[in-house]
Amino acid sequence: MDPVNVANLAVAGVLTGLVYGLMALGLSVIFGVVRIVNFAHGEMMTIAMYATIVLFAALGLDPFLAIVPVAGAFFVFGYALQTALINPFITRPEHSQFMLLVAVATIMVNALLMIFGPSARNAQLDYLLESVELGPLLLDRGKLYAAVVACATSGLLFALFKFTRVGTAIRACADNYLGARVVGLNVKRYYAFTFGVGAACVAVAGCMMCFLVDVTPVLGPAYTLLAFVIVIVGGLGSMSGALLGGVLIGVSEALAGLFIAPSAKSMFSFALLILVLLLRPQGLLGRKP
Amino acid sequence: MNRRAAALLALLATALLALPAVAGSYVLSVATLILFFAYTGQAWNVMMGFAGQLSLGHSLYVGVGAYAAAGLYFHYGIGPWAGLWLALVLCVLLGAAIGFLAFRFGISGVYFALLTIAFAEFTRIGFDHIDWLGGPGGLFIKVAQREHLDLANLRGPPAMFYYVMLALAASAFALCAWLLRSRAGYYWQAIREDEPAAQALGINTFRWKMLAIMISSAMTSVAGVFFAFYYNNLFPEQIFNIGRSIEIILGPVIGGVGTLFGPILGAAVLTMLADGITEALAALGIEIPGVKQVFYGIVLLGVVMFLPHGIWPTLARRLGLETKR
Repeated sequence: MDPVNVANLAVAGVLTGLVYGLMALGLSVIFGVVRIVNFAHGEMMTIAMYATIVLFAALGLDPFLAIVPVAGAFFVFGYALQTALINPFITRPEHSQFMLLVAVATIMVNALLMIFGPSARNAQLDYLLESVELGPLLLDRGKLYAAVVACATSGLLFALFKFTRVGTAIRACADNYLGARVVGLNVKRYYAFTFGVGAACVAVAGCMMCFLVDVTPVLGPAYTLLAFVIVIVGGLGSMSGALLGGVLIGVSEALAGLFIAPSAKSMFSFALLILVLLLRPQGLLGRKP
Repeated sequence: MNRRAAALLALLATALLALPAVAGSYVLSVATLILFFAYTGQAWNVMMGFAGQLSLGHSLYVGVGAYAAAGLYFHYGIGPWAGLWLALVLCVLLGAAIGFLAFRFGISGVYFALLTIAFAEFTRIGFDHIDWLGGPGGLFIKVAQREHLDLANLRGPPAMFYYVMLALAASAFALCAWLLRSRAGYYWQAIREDEPAAQALGINTFRWKMLAIMISSAMTSVAGVFFAFYYNNLFPEQIFNIGRSIEIILGPVIGGVGTLFGPILGAAVLTMLADGITEALAALGIEIPGVKQVFYGIVLLGVVMFLPHGIWPTLARRLGLETKR
């Protein structure tokens, strides 16, 4: 097997993996703070993908520029979803929270199906067909851009949580619910803010994902599962873990497709998930629960 | 259970036994489906409702059970009553393996739920690559004459399948009622409510959780065997799908987790709701894909939001079916 070919695929896997990582980052942030597993995560991303494609088809808006309106709309949407539906469920048992989000996910997938129908769609951009030469490697231009945006967004998110007052307050809510309330934080509002940030994150990932795959409504559940695998491997609630998990899964998918069979690629992800759960249940970069 | 509840249960049993005499084939197929989900819901409830372990991968046991029995029948002509044993053994081993790994390493809650999904998905993709069982193209069992009754090979008219499923659902109900009042049932409920406290009282929580997952997987595998011979076709994509696992847990969650009647009531409500929506939309001439599921999702949302403990506990209180303790 040609080593350059393998390296090309591995690099493509890393680039795809960074976008996966950004998607999973949204899930991880939400779980890390609100302690809710967002079972509608992949569905939210497909909505963002459709929004990007509609903006492109109707207004000719480049997906890179579409990030701003789509992410903004998703922040509002996430904030509203948390306030209206999820906050009342914070103290409910896990299976109850799960059913709530399954219901939300069902509505999302099928609303998309009603509006757009089952056929696949994409954004036709000329520069997607070009590639960039980097030494002996050939990189897909769309993938490269997508990965750069994913990295930048993740960086912004790190900065938000590390250096701003809101971020500090959110981390306080995550660390100690009661303590945060004692010092006078409106925890539920910060939860809503966090869900909004997570939703915006997945929206950016959705805009970038348009460069990587054609979108159909049924993609949602598959990406929800993928996001779970990534955050568990990286460490549920750990931000850098989500990115690392994304890259690992991206590369393993790419190489499994080459060495074994394309249809078996997600089997590797699930095998990796099972191994991590058993050997290091808190994930590669997660803290001990 | 008080006298009024016992009388109602007897009435329900009589009605269910007499149903094939009066109902047409459509009603019978809906009733069979309700009983199927009542049964699988009951099986899932042993794990979640009794012992508090959230499994989101019960399609794994349905699928493995179905493929075990169907494979034996397809390749060697071995009938389902013998194949059932292979299905049982395989699923109990699988359940025990998952339980052993998870409980030994202290995995619980969300992490346990995701582990069960992972095993189901892993198996789904794995079965796509087993050519001996048809791979992604599916495994088909020969469909026999509908009028010809052959109970030994589970081939026959819809009424036969209905009665088989009714017997299964009734046995599952009886088994669960007994389990709930047995030593295991009390230990499970202690673990569900507060595991560290249960441990402090000297309960070997590992052992009892293992028992719960093994009983639950065994029960679910039987449903798989029925599924294979009722539908006569199996596709990994469908039978191991996470959607199937969600379908299984919808009934008990809507009906009432941890109750005996919850899974039955939930299965009836959901199946009739789904069929009702289909009929209503057909009558209105709306043929957009997805409309039905959107309604379904909205109803689900409403129930989860406004009836947190499910329909049954509220209903039972209204009808005066539960003796006050």
